[in-house]
Amino acid sequence: MSDIRYLAPQTLDDAVAQYAAAAGAARILAGGTDLLVQMRSGLKKPSTIVDVKKIPELTAIEETADGGFRVGAAVAGAVLEEHPTFGKVWPGVLEGLNLIGSTQIQGRASMGGNLCNGSPAGDSVPALVAAGAVATIAGPDGTRELKVEDVPAGPGKTNLKPGEILVSFTFPARPKGSSDAYLRMIPRTEMDIAVVGVGVSLTLENGTCTAARVGLGAVAPTVLLVHGAAEAIIGTKLDDAAIEKAAAACSAACNPIDDKRGTIAYRTKVAGVLFKRTLAIAAERAGRA
Amino acid sequence: MAKIHVSTTINGEPTEFLCDPADTVLDTLRDTLGLTGSKEGCGSGDCGACSITIDGRLVCSCLVLAAEADGHEIETIEGMAGSDHLHPLQRKFLETAALQCGICTPGFLMAAKSLLEKNPDPTETEVRYWLAGNLCRCTGYDKIVRAVMETAAEMREGAR
Repeated sequence: MSDIRYLAPQTLDDAVAQYAAAAGAARILAGGTDLLVQMRSGLKKPSTIVDVKKIPELTAIEETADGGFRVGAAVAGAVLEEHPTFGKVWPGVLEGLNLIGSTQIQGRASMGGNLCNGSPAGDSVPALVAAGAVATIAGPDGTRELKVEDVPAGPGKTNLKPGEILVSFTFPARPKGSSDAYLRMIPRTEMDIAVVGVGVSLTLENGTCTAARVGLGAVAPTVLLVHGAAEAIIGTKLDDAAIEKAAAACSAACNPIDDKRGTIAYRTKVAGVLFKRTLAIAAERAGRA
Repeated sequence: MAKIHVSTTINGEPTEFLCDPADTVLDTLRDTLGLTGSKEGCGSGDCGACSITIDGRLVCSCLVLAAEADGHEIETIEGMAGSDHLHPLQRKFLETAALQCGICTPGFLMAAKSLLEKNPDPTETEVRYWLAGNLCRCTGYDKIVRAVMETAAEMREGAR
């Protein structure tokens, strides 16, 4: 007999109150694909589990008044994939999320869980950062917004305060000629953890890049927004010199670990290479958008 | 801590059970309800031997808390065959020897059924990606993939 409490509040207000009342050892349950594994291995021993999947704000996918999207933090990958328009506007965000695990995992795993799990290699995070997605967070002191790149604080850690719950992601409206892409490097062909992950979002007007954001994963303690890479391509026609400069900025931003999946030198080099490949896909898509 | 009372539907039958808050759906199926067709391979969502559907969505039952099942519809391998006939996938797995030890088979069958409901005409690549979360240490996968492709073709033929 375990001494864990399971709560499944129906409203955000109830969830915030219950989560705050349960204090330190409570955990939020979205898809559970990290939490249940961590509990089984003894890594996490929550006193209370707050299941947030009965709360409308955490499971909704809606278009916002200004033409963007709001996606609930607990929306599963398979559910977002079936949305009629989200993946057409944000193919890179969707492909990042859909790369996490198997079909079975996609039935449960969410962007909110992936971000709050705090892995530097979380596959959905670099494209969320590149997209300029904003996280809505609810807590005992009310609701606030945080750019996705400001949510991770280090491996396994976020900048959410005690009692705060990630509610949803808001994506801006897209001008014509905009698209995005995500690629990761893994030693296998499928079902692995990224050695490097790159998200690129951009806007092209008559072949000139007018806006760009680049997110880099698995090469630093947190997913990075690489300003230098975006600056190197904005205002250009994505000529070779601009792309090389941006790729160099990606490699320069790396501060990776050395482990069995990839050495520091390897991850640093691959960050630049993978950026170029990801950019090419995003640009090709933007040319059609 | 008190047990949780859960009302659910399993293979079309309204089913109620009591569970601990930390019990998974797999624990409840096997240990409380005696539905031992779903297997525990890894317990961490890697092997797919415990695959079931919840509201039609393929999941690993080892990664779902039993308490979460309240109000939802579960389908397990026990619900796959009819009263006097096997599901075409089950028949084809037998005919083509797409299994050896059999531990992974319930998970493969549930996953393959879920694929064919969503996509009756999958390519081999689509089959292999869809089944990538089901591990088999005996067959080398080829017979399984071929069995799924052949079943899909037969079911399309039968639907005409």
